[in-house]
Amino acid sequence: MNRMSLRTLLLSLLAALVLAGCQSTGDAEVTPEPEVQEATAEAAPAAPPMVTPAPRPVTNEEGFPLDASGRPIGYVFYFEFDRTELKPRARALLAEHAEYLKENGSVRITIQGHADERGTREYNLALGERRASAVRDYLQSMGVASSQLRIVSYGEERPVDPRSTESAWSKNRRVELAY
Amino acid sequence: MVLAFSGRHPLSLLLLWIALALAASARGELAIEITQGVDAPVPVAVVPFAWQGRGRPPEDLGKIIRFDLARSGQFAMTAPEDMLSLPSRPEELYVRDWRVQGIAYVLLGSVRPTESGLEARYALFDVFAERLLFEETLEARAGQLRALAHRISDRAYEQLTGIPGAFSTRLLYVVAQNIATEAETFRLEMADADGANAQTLLKSREPILSASWSPDGQTVVYVSFETGKPAIYLQEIATGRREKLTDFEGLNGSPVFSPDGMELALVLSAGGNPDIFVLNLETRKLRQLTRHFAIDTEPSWTADGEAVIFTSNRGGGPQIYKMNVRSRAIERLTFVGDYNARARVLADGRYLIFVHRQDGTFHIATQDLERGTVQILTETSLDESPSVAPNGSMAIYATRSNGRGILAVVSIDGRVKYRLPSTEGDVREPAWSPFL
Repeated sequence: MNRMSLRTLLLSLLAALVLAGCQSTGDAEVTPEPEVQEATAEAAPAAPPMVTPAPRPVTNEEGFPLDASGRPIGYVFYFEFDRTELKPRARALLAEHAEYLKENGSVRITIQGHADERGTREYNLALGERRASAVRDYLQSMGVASSQLRIVSYGEERPVDPRSTESAWSKNRRVELAY
Repeated sequence: MVLAFSGRHPLSLLLLWIALALAASARGELAIEITQGVDAPVPVAVVPFAWQGRGRPPEDLGKIIRFDLARSGQFAMTAPEDMLSLPSRPEELYVRDWRVQGIAYVLLGSVRPTESGLEARYALFDVFAERLLFEETLEARAGQLRALAHRISDRAYEQLTGIPGAFSTRLLYVVAQNIATEAETFRLEMADADGANAQTLLKSREPILSASWSPDGQTVVYVSFETGKPAIYLQEIATGRREKLTDFEGLNGSPVFSPDGMELALVLSAGGNPDIFVLNLETRKLRQLTRHFAIDTEPSWTADGEAVIFTSNRGGGPQIYKMNVRSRAIERLTFVGDYNARARVLADGRYLIFVHRQDGTFHIATQDLERGTVQILTETSLDESPSVAPNGSMAIYATRSNGRGILAVVSIDGRVKYRLPSTEGDVREPAWSPFL
């Protein structure tokens, strides 16, 4: 209850912030940082710089960014090779999703499990499913209804980065929440 | 087709680099590059076949046979421009023309159009023994010239090696294009064993994988995500008729026909955990083989159908296990290395072929089940999905080259290697057909 009201307060605060952001974008007089302006001016004196202020990140009390509806923006969780354990940061972010899902009982999500290309395809499908299950189980342990959660594993079939490098592999070993 | 031999390495390996442009292939997608042959290949000449019809022949049978035999890695093929004479009948053959060049065997013949199609007359001659090994005729329907050539290759190969040839077989594989983009597509393709005559069996925006053949080669089974989740489908090749076999919650994977074609081993995770099941194709009844909290996947059958081997991480990492289908007794088969997966037992029952990780690299390896010794067959990396030719001589597998998925072939003894580079997309998940 306490948390709920705090959240509502926070949301209205965020809404105000967003509104304020909109107003300032609508404002003709945007003043960028002076040094930047000088540097740009020196580099290209003829062209006036186009300045679009970066959207102010909206975060909750834990520091996780939220969208306008209060849903956590981060929805990808990464794993180690041939592992299915959630990392601490993933748990913290999942807790935010759990809050959102509990407050919005009609929202259903698909939890998509993925693996990197190393190893065999069907084993990787099983691994992707294990990762998705780990996320599902965690959300359920936080009180999310099982009817809101559906899992599907794509194994190594749907990489984000198709290259064969360590950095690509680490991006591909993931679970994505699809709202 | 372009044939280019780079010559012999003075000491050890004969390195043949054959670039074969498949002009006849509808899609021209897979070409063949032979990268390694045996140490002392048998010198064989296949003379261009005489055409006894009007006009020009549709294609030279001799050329197709030459590439078949070259691909086996066991023969050093003589280029036609190096032949001193071009006989098409045994009576026309002058032994001296071939003996001076050190050629051991000569295959020659002719082809003529008939009312129903084509007829080839061909002979295999042993140069040193000065003896005709066989002289035969074979018929084919019109338009089946390549098939006719492959049949002749099969005959010659069996005569020369004692092992039935597998040139008249086909390959299944998946071509993925525009991966990790909005335009991602997947195609299940079927082609002749030399990559020619590629045709699409299924095209989808969603992943397709784990295709395998029925023992009679008339039907294929595979996993398709076309409904947004994996389901197992059966498809008749000739009619294109499809049937969804399993569509349970969770994984529906790794379908493989039992040797008698009556059952399908597969993987389901509807119980919360990937386990091995057997589906009776007549009664449509499922029975569960494994029941373990670990991952159990990638089943395949022993040749006698009495056991199923599978990958399981019940011991920590993935290893190969064997379960007797009747007694349900389980035995662990692999102990070398910390990643062994997707195994197939060779027809002789003695060797296992599988994906093996060594020093962080994934290779195709065999294990002698009697001695326990492991032999790594490939030098490429990220190798997977080995599938053995029905004559047990070669395995086709998927690997990566220059950032692209390609198919490659290695002989079971590791001595012969060739690759089938693709002109488009990522090629993967090969499955070699049974004898057709």
